[in-house]
Amino acid sequence: MGAADLGERLRSLSGGAAVALRLDPRQYADQYFTVLSATLRDVGVETGSHTIYVSVTNPASLVWSLAEALDVPRERVSFVDAISHIMMNYRHPLPNASYVESPRMLEDIMLRVEYLLRRNASPHSTVVVDSVNSLAIHNPPDLLSEFFHILLNNLKSRQVLAVVLDVSDDAASPLDQMLSLIVDETIDVGRGSRS
Amino acid sequence: MDAPVPETAAPPTRDRCATGIQGLDDILGGGIPRGNMILVSGSVGTGKTTLTLEFLVRGAERGEKSLFLSVTEASDKLIQNLSTFEFFRTDLVTSGSLVFVDVPVIYDRLGLDREEMTAEDLDLLVLTIQGLVTELGVKRVVLDSLTSVCYRIRKEERIRDFMLKLSQTLSALDCTTLLVSEVAQSPGRLSLYGVEEAIVDGVILLGNTRRQGDIIRVLQVIKMRGTSHSRAQYVIELTPIGMLMAPHLKGGHQEGG
Repeated sequence: MGAADLGERLRSLSGGAAVALRLDPRQYADQYFTVLSATLRDVGVETGSHTIYVSVTNPASLVWSLAEALDVPRERVSFVDAISHIMMNYRHPLPNASYVESPRMLEDIMLRVEYLLRRNASPHSTVVVDSVNSLAIHNPPDLLSEFFHILLNNLKSRQVLAVVLDVSDDAASPLDQMLSLIVDETIDVGRGSRS
Repeated sequence: MDAPVPETAAPPTRDRCATGIQGLDDILGGGIPRGNMILVSGSVGTGKTTLTLEFLVRGAERGEKSLFLSVTEASDKLIQNLSTFEFFRTDLVTSGSLVFVDVPVIYDRLGLDREEMTAEDLDLLVLTIQGLVTELGVKRVVLDSLTSVCYRIRKEERIRDFMLKLSQTLSALDCTTLLVSEVAQSPGRLSLYGVEEAIVDGVILLGNTRRQGDIIRVLQVIKMRGTSHSRAQYVIELTPIGMLMAPHLKGGHQEGG
């Protein structure tokens, strides 16, 4: 599935939808680039929407350098970076990023998302969480389910599109099962199929 | 015989003084019941002063004159700190909608220089605050901190008497009041002397809690007369646009059960 197709599919979703994007770990690099293109550039290409990118897998600086290569306008993207602090990699903060001290501080992530939604009020906002797997490394399953349940419901009530990245080749894993309960649909990025 | 009450009639509700802090107003059912006196309690660095300042700024923005009585910190310094928040507007101060008064100046003018204040001294202090509120037409008052005033009262019965008089006076003027209470970080502690929380109409407790070693700043409404309210704990963040709140995640763990 190409970035443009994925972007179009995300654009076609109703406001407040929550979707999981499943990436195959064996084709992670290609699919990750497709997802970045779709969520940071293509999803807002017509509406000029604002994307809040919660980066737990990679530091915001790395994601932003990839986004710059895709010609993503800076004013269209904000980051909540929950990994740079814990990596002690915080010396050159991005101006469009808000830093959370640890991926364990899930409430702080919610509050930074809230803050950025208010700061960048847009009728078509998107929140991308990258990724459920990285958050699961730092948080127990019960806490993680509660976090996603509250975050996604909050975004739904505000008509914000929520996108959760899931790197997995096993739809039956406990993490995937948990995710399937709280999102409206799952898109398999490699195959382009929906479930 | 009384007329039958229709089944659909809603119970009478008290007029609210919206704090302007979205999450807090949500859990209070729209705000603090107007005229209530509330204790904002917590240890150092938990956000008590910032919360109360935002309460006043939001009030002043809505056209309710607001008064900050500062006991411990000079007003100039407070305004300087406040100006780092985007929700603050200097014109609220210059227009007189938001007034800062240094309580030590009041002490000096009234000659209240004794180490321990007498009952007469306290009556004079309440009268002076009443005069300020009446003269300025104030609808929101913050005293930061009650604890500092109590240090000079010392006797529990006198603290009780002072607080009752202050509460009755300000409530009669339709004024909603927040009293800042500084406490050491210990579970269950809401005030220095332990009598303050019994007098007030409500208690908002701020504090820190830990999860796997990380400190999380939390808020909980312990008591609020005149309204039903959430008793859950919320995580707070002091941002440039004001205080934000999120539910405190428990992850299936229940305390104290």
